[in-house]
Amino acid sequence: MASTMLSLASTTPSASLSTQEILKGKARLGSGRVGTLLNKEKGNPFIKAKSFGRISMTAAVNVSRFEGVAMAPPDPILGVSEAFRADTDVKKLNLGVGAYRTEELQPYVLDVVKKAENLMLERGENKEYLAIEGLAAFNKATAELLFGADNPVIKQQRVATVQGLSGTGSLRLAAAFIERYFPGAQVLISSPTWGNHKNIFNDARVPWSEYRYYDPKTVGLDFEGMISDIKAAPDGSFVLLHGCAHNPTGIDPTPEQWEKICDVIQEKNHIPFFDVAYQGFASGSLDADASSVRLFAARGMELFIAQSYSKNLGLYAERIGAINVVCSSADAAARVKSQLKRIARPMYSNPPVHGARIVANVVGDPALFNEWKAEMEMMAGRIKNVRQKLFDSLSAKDKSGKDWSFILKQIGMFSFTGLNKTQSENMTNKWHVYLTKDGRISLAGLSLAKCEYLADAIIDSYHNVS
Amino acid sequence: MESLSTKEKTSKDCNGDSVFENVVRAPDVPVYAVMVAYSKDPSPVKLNLGIGVYRTEDGKPHVLNVVRRVEKLLLDDVSATKEYLPITGMAEFNKLSAQLVFGADSPAIKENRVTTVQCLAGCGSLRTGADFLAKHYHQHTVYLSQPTYGNHPNFFLAAGLTLKTYRYYDPITRGLDFQGMLDDLGSAPSGAIVLFQVCSHNPTGVDPTLHQWEQIRQLVRSKGLLPFFDNAYQGIVSGSLDMDAQSVRMFVTDGGECLVAHSYSKIMGLYGERVGALSIVCKTADVASRVESQLKLVIRPMYSNPPIHGAAIVTAILKDREMFDEWTVELKAMINRIIHLRQQLLDALRDRGTPGDWSHITKQVGMYTFSGLNAEQVAFMAEEYHIYMSSDGRINMAGLSAKTVPYLADAIHSAVTRIV
Repeated sequence: MASTMLSLASTTPSASLSTQEILKGKARLGSGRVGTLLNKEKGNPFIKAKSFGRISMTAAVNVSRFEGVAMAPPDPILGVSEAFRADTDVKKLNLGVGAYRTEELQPYVLDVVKKAENLMLERGENKEYLAIEGLAAFNKATAELLFGADNPVIKQQRVATVQGLSGTGSLRLAAAFIERYFPGAQVLISSPTWGNHKNIFNDARVPWSEYRYYDPKTVGLDFEGMISDIKAAPDGSFVLLHGCAHNPTGIDPTPEQWEKICDVIQEKNHIPFFDVAYQGFASGSLDADASSVRLFAARGMELFIAQSYSKNLGLYAERIGAINVVCSSADAAARVKSQLKRIARPMYSNPPVHGARIVANVVGDPALFNEWKAEMEMMAGRIKNVRQKLFDSLSAKDKSGKDWSFILKQIGMFSFTGLNKTQSENMTNKWHVYLTKDGRISLAGLSLAKCEYLADAIIDSYHNVS
Repeated sequence: MESLSTKEKTSKDCNGDSVFENVVRAPDVPVYAVMVAYSKDPSPVKLNLGIGVYRTEDGKPHVLNVVRRVEKLLLDDVSATKEYLPITGMAEFNKLSAQLVFGADSPAIKENRVTTVQCLAGCGSLRTGADFLAKHYHQHTVYLSQPTYGNHPNFFLAAGLTLKTYRYYDPITRGLDFQGMLDDLGSAPSGAIVLFQVCSHNPTGVDPTLHQWEQIRQLVRSKGLLPFFDNAYQGIVSGSLDMDAQSVRMFVTDGGECLVAHSYSKIMGLYGERVGALSIVCKTADVASRVESQLKLVIRPMYSNPPIHGAAIVTAILKDREMFDEWTVELKAMINRIIHLRQQLLDALRDRGTPGDWSHITKQVGMYTFSGLNAEQVAFMAEEYHIYMSSDGRINMAGLSAKTVPYLADAIHSAVTRIV
């Protein structure tokens, strides 16, 4: 049934002469009345008329209008899991993407989540469209979780909260809002930062620049560099901060450092923009992990916060999160919320209901909420244990005297090992350990049982490869 | 010291100027405003015919039985996880969705010339397609039918494309302005993007005949126009999934390229789960593979990867013969109810001797009737009868029941005789 179609669509400049001739000839057909054209089909050398249902045969130019589309490179983070899946070696270890694994290295669906889903099914919840801003019960719960239910910003109704597609979707809504209402304003992002941040701002056409963050010499925070770069930026810039458990480094400012960061942001009239993807997952405590955000809110600042429930409730694939904008008045919050909705509508109309209901049910039921806190402490606890074991293995095996204690100082799912690109590649090619090229490992994907193997791989890559 | 005074500020003093001073309040989306007005109306007798969702005979939201069954099975499945889907979504879902739209034996599928990526229902699929075209396609003009679904322009505008319209609805015949459509598409620049609806045109309920579709196809191919199909109602017109997809399949059988946004919102009642897919049919497998890689770059900075729940439900239904059959039976029942309501409404108007030709009520297909009522008549019906519909006179037939048809007929009669 091969049919050859004349296509007048984009042809490259190098279109053949015969194509040109065909195009010239065809041009006349387009301008005439189609009714006449159809009547004259039989005599038209370019179209052999067929009765309805059969294929039109025409002179052929089989060029796709997407011929010029190049093959895109694989995603640096998500592509790691794809490569891992393709690897057949039994020793393989996936420390690429930040998804929590049990000690048996299995994915983990929280018990409270299963309970919530059972409740939802028993209740016979319907599947009606949510409002553009999402599930009201979820929006209320998520803002209260972030700020504390008694927080003045909530009591004064100064927070615009819109349900978003997890962290990414919430960041994107904010980025589009910034592009529209703060044209020319740039976002300062940490060096390094989560790989997708730049893509989000690029696609939203928001300019960005970097502030120093990671100090490879100390494998810690370059605090002076950070402050200096934030000070040097034009007034009124947005400063993207990780609320806790910095991704990819695992290095967080201390409380005293947060105060100073807040000072300089206030001095410069910058707007803080928090990415909170690990509340409760970093330390095990929801309140402790929100302290940076609450500090800024308490200073009376206006700020943006993107939240995600991917990790702390294990709802990765349900895509549930929120964008919160703390404003100086309830009126401003209402106006901002209406404009965030205007951005969401032409993106996907309204957000998915399932994950939102799960969160609302878990947070809204005291028994489930307590169970959740316990499961979160368990997950955070496992990671702390794994950090300890990895540190012990490295210290025991590495005779060079290198200080590996940064592994214990870092917090959250990730550790920045300090391995460079080539060394990271060695980890994968020789040891079948999958990580991102910046040397970031996900401790959530590590078991106590595999710590020694990983230590061997890291030591080899660090010392024997440059 | 400056830093001292800034520290003293609490949220109570939340000081002075907001950076959001220049942010104005956005107006409510018109169709949502109708819903709000309906819900605020205290009258015990009121009808919501404005929304685009199916309702039961009792006027209640409807979750399909087969969907409930599947959700129970999914919950009981101990191997189910909530791990991130790939950027392009659930592979099996994509495969089954392509088969549903194009037919399982479609040569385009067999030749790997179709890339299908899971997206956030029809809306997300349209936006993703629009963003992709804005980046990778040389022609940035999109032709929309006049009228079209209210949100259509927004996806393309947000992607930075330019909009034009082609004539579609003829208010005099309350049918298709076919000649106008052909004329407008005929004068479109070569390569322009044209948005079509596969069936059950929203808002008019007017679909081209297959013969007309064939003529449209020939024109599209001769002008090198790029068809982009919105497929939100497959199965809702005739009850047959294959029959309702004939229009788009013509554009695949001829070996040409097209985009298709499919949605399971209405056809499986999965509205809030946001499940759908974007398919791009390409000339070659190589092109399809490159196109897919670029679609990932559009999706990743938008929301990373799509939600799993709805896709898991759809997959379970499509891949199991028994559940698939159960689904089509439920779908048929939904459509039959609507078809009967159309007849009942027409009969009721004829019984009342309501002036005008109302035969379009049974000629139009799918979920909606483009009543022909004008804005004043629509407003009158809301005020006097507490019947709500969109201001363009579009009525969601699924919002009616045998009990409420007479009431609607009374209201239409009244509106048409008292307001001209």
